[in-house]
Amino acid sequence: MLARARSWLDDRLGLSTITELASHKTVPVHRFSVFYYLGGMTLFFFLVQVCTGVLLMLYYRPSANEAFESVEFIMTVVPFGWLIRSIHSWSANLMVFFAVAHMVSVFFMKAYRAPRELTWVSGALLLFLIMGFGFSGYLLPWNQLAFFATKVGTDIAGAVPIVGEWMVRFLRGGDRVSGGTLSRFYGWHVALLPAISTVILVVHLALVQVKGMSVPAACDEESKRRPPMKFFPHFALRDLSGWIFALGVLAALAALFPWELGEKADLFAPAYENIRPEWYFVFMFQTLKLVPGGEIAGIEYEAIPIMLFGAAGLLLVLIPFLDRGAARTGRSKGWTIGGVAALLFALGMTCWGYASLLPLYVVLISGLLLSLLAFITRGSRNREAR
Amino acid sequence: MDPSAPLPRRRFLNWFLGTSFGALVAAVIYPIARFASPPRIPEATTNQVEAGDVSDAAFSQKGFKIVRFGAEPVILLKAAEGDYRAFSATCTHLDCIVGYQKDRSRIFCNCHGGAYDLNGRNVSGPPPRPLIAYKVNLVAKGSEPAKIVVSKA
Repeated sequence: MLARARSWLDDRLGLSTITELASHKTVPVHRFSVFYYLGGMTLFFFLVQVCTGVLLMLYYRPSANEAFESVEFIMTVVPFGWLIRSIHSWSANLMVFFAVAHMVSVFFMKAYRAPRELTWVSGALLLFLIMGFGFSGYLLPWNQLAFFATKVGTDIAGAVPIVGEWMVRFLRGGDRVSGGTLSRFYGWHVALLPAISTVILVVHLALVQVKGMSVPAACDEESKRRPPMKFFPHFALRDLSGWIFALGVLAALAALFPWELGEKADLFAPAYENIRPEWYFVFMFQTLKLVPGGEIAGIEYEAIPIMLFGAAGLLLVLIPFLDRGAARTGRSKGWTIGGVAALLFALGMTCWGYASLLPLYVVLISGLLLSLLAFITRGSRNREAR
Repeated sequence: MDPSAPLPRRRFLNWFLGTSFGALVAAVIYPIARFASPPRIPEATTNQVEAGDVSDAAFSQKGFKIVRFGAEPVILLKAAEGDYRAFSATCTHLDCIVGYQKDRSRIFCNCHGGAYDLNGRNVSGPPPRPLIAYKVNLVAKGSEPAKIVVSKA
């Protein structure tokens, strides 16, 4: 019966072609293979976001008068509401963390070099989309932090020359952050951004399938010596165990550290002390804090770092086309040093912004855990040993 | 027959179809772009507001309060006995709402650490411009505590 159904579907969908292709898919094995799991982990958190997000939509109401109360309702009255919302918040943060970790590893392995330039570009766009999700989702609980973060975040767009003022009004849905802003951000958060992300994500994943995993130049010899791993079932099962572990971590985080709701937004109250955006915006926030007020040639000083961050974002997208060294030899010392400098800058500013070394510890511990994981899963040294 | 004769016609058709398609796209994009840009809604201009009276507990506790001036927040602070001052509460840096630090006699924005003196001048941190000043009048009536009236300077 099952076999008949299978052959019926096969005749119509060509399943055997797909399974045949999948059975041939392999993943190169070398000392940095562990980094290949970071993208899949990001994907897992994205899927968690979709599921919990759809659930939250059952109760959330996007209006200035009801948003805060509806989230309060989710947190206190709806069965397991606290769990779903806290998982959504925690998973959002972990998704950003893993997306960044994935990008950093891809950057240092120079996996963006030909013919994988577009994989990198689509990935960089996905990172910006994730940040857009974070920023727009931030406003939805309509609490004090949300209100000020959105006021500042949208005002920043005003630094863009010529179209800045229009952009601020477009983002806010008017002259100020109000209920109108909430409607817009909600629409973007649950419809526009998911639609765009899904398309780019499909392209990104398709490119990874078509081009296969990139092997860093330093591991070229090693990956030729060691037998590749079959994607099905070996790599996929490892992915899956990671995902199950991540689900456990999410549940534990949500249970032990439920996400705060804060106080309802008051459009006529001063910003509270030590107000700070989410950790992934802190390095920019701290930089803005450090730039003194003033004007040069009609440009306010604050606009300069904002435009520089914009330029850095553009540079990030264009790396594969600018890094000629990596394209030729697979190595490019200058870009590696530049990447390290950028990371140190972001990390230093984040630590400064928190007036704490915690961000540094998080990075060090993550690095340590990854190394440990790489060691445990290192497998056999060469072909003969299998 | 001239072998190049069919080409201009083909080119003409391509040009014709191309521009028609361009016009079609523009005709779709334009209303969408206009729809997504929020319309400007005229707001009733506020020239002055009554901001309670001098006996307000906010002054004895924090030394200031935020007053609604139409849709704009205005900070009303008590610099000294009988000396009330009002400024736009919108930080000139990135739009946060400022507060008054009584112990340090300054107006301060918690978002990025911008500081203004009690005349609204930006004295330290990132703000590029001073806060806009408002006029404060105390209207005394008999033995009741004086009413505070904030108006545009």
